Amino acid sequence: MKKTAFLPMVALLLAVALMSYRNASDGYKVGDTVQDFKLKNVDGKTVSLADKKDVKGYIIAFTCNTCPVAKAYESRIVALNEQFAPKGYPVLAIQSNDAQLSPGDSYSAMQERAKSKSYSFPYLYDESQTVAKSFGATNTPHMFVVKKEGNQYRVAYIGAIDNNQRDAAAADKKYVAEAVNELLAGKTVTTPSARAIGCGIKWRDA
Amino acid sequence: MSMKSICGLFLITFFLSVTSARSQSVKVIKFDQLNQLIHKPNDTLYVVNFWATWCAPCVKELPEFERARQAYASQKVSVLLVSMDDKADLAKKVNPFVRNRKIQSSVVLLDEPDLNAWVDQVAPEWSGALPMTLILNKQRNVRQYIGRPVKEGELATIINQHKP
Repeated sequence: MKKTAFLPMVALLLAVALMSYRNASDGYKVGDTVQDFKLKNVDGKTVSLADKKDVKGYIIAFTCNTCPVAKAYESRIVALNEQFAPKGYPVLAIQSNDAQLSPGDSYSAMQERAKSKSYSFPYLYDESQTVAKSFGATNTPHMFVVKKEGNQYRVAYIGAIDNNQRDAAAADKKYVAEAVNELLAGKTVTTPSARAIGCGIKWRDA
Repeated sequence: MSMKSICGLFLITFFLSVTSARSQSVKVIKFDQLNQLIHKPNDTLYVVNFWATWCAPCVKELPEFERARQAYASQKVSVLLVSMDDKADLAKKVNPFVRNRKIQSSVVLLDEPDLNAWVDQVAPEWSGALPMTLILNKQRNVRQYIGRPVKEGELATIINQHKP
């Protein structure tokens, strides 16, 4: 009995190892199911996707204090939360830069930033950088819209907020807002991914 | 010709060469022009770095590219620094930056803020995070993608491997 159980166990372990390797190297694609995480918010409390029972999904923003592009988009992230939290798609902001490489992104600097800009959404510290890695986030700001399906969260959009970094009013493609509006209307997302210039996430040396 | 005028001529030539080397003014280009610059049908190895004046890790690694340009100046290796700064910042930020740091490599400003319109043609794997570097030769099918800051000595290793 023990012998016959051994081989399938090895195969299963190998499969799990291979799957986690793929996720670690590539990150989520549109259509993938997201694994929930636990991260510390600037108020000291831990936040997970599963915390809010009544949401339809989340607008997850990998962002930071220091990147000029993230700063240019900060008020637009605040506005996304104001627009879509009441409709069931609140913002979750995640900061994944290594604080040693980027001291302006330390936990205390995050707390100050969230306070001074009165963030109306959680600003989570991904100290181990594992959440950014599992998502495949590479830059700031890097957005992931996830749709809640039962107890799962499926990726519906990955990429930029809009197509005009300098001037929100001049952006003629508001990718995240359009994706969420389509999800709310029960439609498929027309543009499930779009790219824009950003700052590379500052990875701790392995 | 008198000694005085020879000296004068020498001084003028010297002055011109120094100022022309120092005051490179950055040309604004569109994607088609960039594509032509980096895919010329010749032997030259193109080292193409995408950066911006506001990107701290980019600014930090620029000396690596300047060193590479200098080290391979007599060889078929061409360094091109592609600024992704906003075109509106050309006179106020990009030109003064290039002048103050005495950057000798060729610098262009790519005026294509909507990445989605062109990025798949040169770097489909790129998310848009700066800095990013491509090392290319179309004729010999050389293509190396570096989606992060280069490590010390990394450029020389790749260039030595792929230069003609």
